[in-house]
Amino acid sequence: MVRMTGAKALIESLKREKVETIFGISGGALLPIHDVLFDSEIRHILARHEQGAAHAADGYARASGRAGVCMATSGPGATNLVTGLANAYLDSSPVIALTGQVNTYSANTSYMIGRDAFQEADIIGITTPITKYNCQVKSAAEIPGAVRTTFHIATTGRPGPAVIDLPKNIQTEKAEMEFSGNVQIRGYKPNTEPHPIQVKRAVALLLKAERPMILAGGGVNLSNASPELFQLAEFLMTPVATTFMGKSCFPENHPLSMGNIGMHGTRLANKMILEADVLLAVGTRFQDRSTGTLDDFCPDAKIIHIDIDAAEIGKNVDVEVPIVADAKVTVRLIHQQLVDKMKKREDTPWVKRVKEVKEKFLSEMNLGKGDLTSPKLLRELRKLLPENAIIATEVGQNQMWAALHFQTIKPRTFISSGGLGTMGFGFPASIGAKVACPSCPVVDIAGDGSFRMTEQELGTSVTEDIPVIVVVLNNSMLGMVAQWQRLFYKGRYAAVKLGSVPDFAKLAQAYGAEGVRIGSLSEFSEAMKKALKTEVTTVIDIPISPEDDVFPMVPPGKGLKDTVAGM
Amino acid sequence: MAQEHNHIISTIVENKPGVLYTVSNLFRCRGFNIDNISVGPAEDIGLARMTIMVKGDDRTIEQVVKQLNKLIDVIKVTRLDPDHIVTRELALIKVNALNTKARSDIINYADIFRARVVDVSSESLMMELTGASDKIDAFIGLMKPFGVREVARTGITALSRGAKSVKIDE
Repeated sequence: MVRMTGAKALIESLKREKVETIFGISGGALLPIHDVLFDSEIRHILARHEQGAAHAADGYARASGRAGVCMATSGPGATNLVTGLANAYLDSSPVIALTGQVNTYSANTSYMIGRDAFQEADIIGITTPITKYNCQVKSAAEIPGAVRTTFHIATTGRPGPAVIDLPKNIQTEKAEMEFSGNVQIRGYKPNTEPHPIQVKRAVALLLKAERPMILAGGGVNLSNASPELFQLAEFLMTPVATTFMGKSCFPENHPLSMGNIGMHGTRLANKMILEADVLLAVGTRFQDRSTGTLDDFCPDAKIIHIDIDAAEIGKNVDVEVPIVADAKVTVRLIHQQLVDKMKKREDTPWVKRVKEVKEKFLSEMNLGKGDLTSPKLLRELRKLLPENAIIATEVGQNQMWAALHFQTIKPRTFISSGGLGTMGFGFPASIGAKVACPSCPVVDIAGDGSFRMTEQELGTSVTEDIPVIVVVLNNSMLGMVAQWQRLFYKGRYAAVKLGSVPDFAKLAQAYGAEGVRIGSLSEFSEAMKKALKTEVTTVIDIPISPEDDVFPMVPPGKGLKDTVAGM
Repeated sequence: MAQEHNHIISTIVENKPGVLYTVSNLFRCRGFNIDNISVGPAEDIGLARMTIMVKGDDRTIEQVVKQLNKLIDVIKVTRLDPDHIVTRELALIKVNALNTKARSDIINYADIFRARVVDVSSESLMMELTGASDKIDAFIGLMKPFGVREVARTGITALSRGAKSVKIDE
């Protein structure tokens, strides 16, 4: 037992959780913590807006597979984290937010919880529906236990964001601190081992399957199950489609890769899933953007569903074999049992058919008119980057073009806001990813609308020396909304025209970053090559046509069978 | 549309501030409807039992149970089998009793329903009644002609019959 202040105990606890970086902004209710942090080896990266800090922590978590930590003061600081936490919640990302709070007790002032004190907000009440866990510390001695519990809950099972709310008087209160001890939570025991009978049933189905297909979701990335999934797919010669969140978990340059399914999935994946007789779905929640209308989703397939979250089984689709367990453990076990029962499968008529259809669709692919279209640019970008380069995206057309045309090869190299669809996520997330993986080039594929939402983090990237590359696909529009208005609202462009301000090259330069506007594919290549060698963030502004649409597309309210190839 | 029924879910939760908010908020967020809920300390210190009546089809109820299980402060969730439970509700009912005739009629009805008179004034009687909810509904119906001034009901609480129990260590 050691006697120290709550603030010291917090920093000591974070060190014990191997926290190296905190993204945050200070404020009145955090002063005692920042005073301790000042002397600590934990790096504090000063963001320019708390939303940026939360997204950066999220990008850090997704790139590294570890908890990402952000911190904000009470009241508006804490509420500015909310979008970032909601985003992490829907994508199951272990983001831990530390928030300052007004005092639990104050002699002779009303700077107290429940008195509508200066910068008071009920962040526990506000974040309850968008976090896996949250707690408010009521005495300094609780801090080490609260940190251990919170990190354990956020990073195990189905990961998710968590909040620790730290009243200011608790930060300065002294107490005897106990840092060791196991985490014992009565109401939290995630199941990682699959039920042997369900594994047997899954193996039996896969053995008999003539047209098997794997649907890999974000859970494969989260549980680092890519190597196991790769081995299983090759052994069974099973084509692999990914959900949007699953992108990058299976190498897209592999012959068995089919790309993403869903509203903006590939024609190949959306077509072949209709023909599959067994679907091995790993770590996916069958979200509406992935499945389209449920009646038309893989109508002929028996579904084996592996998910660590029991509530996902049977939530959206009925399944034949439910397996509540860790993806990595389960896929390995299924593979082992198959190895005992059969030889490695060679080309089957089904795989041949998939390859034929794949080639046909590739030959028919329309990359757009002219030299400088987003699909052409993203395909060029792949050639310019090493396999370990990390791509973050914003939200909208830029995101869907990136999902369709940028081939990912290594796991955790595609970081994007899938569930919440948060514009402004990509740029701060790319900063977080770069901190996690300093030796990897990190590129944010942005639209001009999204980049405008968190562009102030240019200040963070320059002053904190975190160089990333921002590729702005600039159509001076909220492009995806405009696309829907073109397709479904008779081209009435309501509230989507952003105008051609600011000049993004000059904006970057104003922050001390590099900024360049290019006008051709070859200029883009040159700019990228230069940016990869530059030690400061580069913004590459690329004018694209405001009339370009993202295709293929499943119109809203339709099924995967109704995928429209393009117009 | 699958058929909707009333279901009773018994949960053991951490007995600490905020847990009622966390549970009720889950119902609101996910669009489940609480018909009624009763909360009180459970058999062990630090635990509380929440008995929740919820309306929905089987798929909805399965989701309710699974989503409740995900909450960290919820330790155990059980869907009670309606054929093997005892359910009770307590009601306090204040009725006008302006003359002797009314007073003796009310007390007669109360005897039949095994309600107890717990407060008397010159103009009113207050009765306490325990039982299944439909019994309480019936009694309140009978009291209406006299003039029901106030009703306070606890909402139902329930346990499964026999030795089987909803406890955290099974």
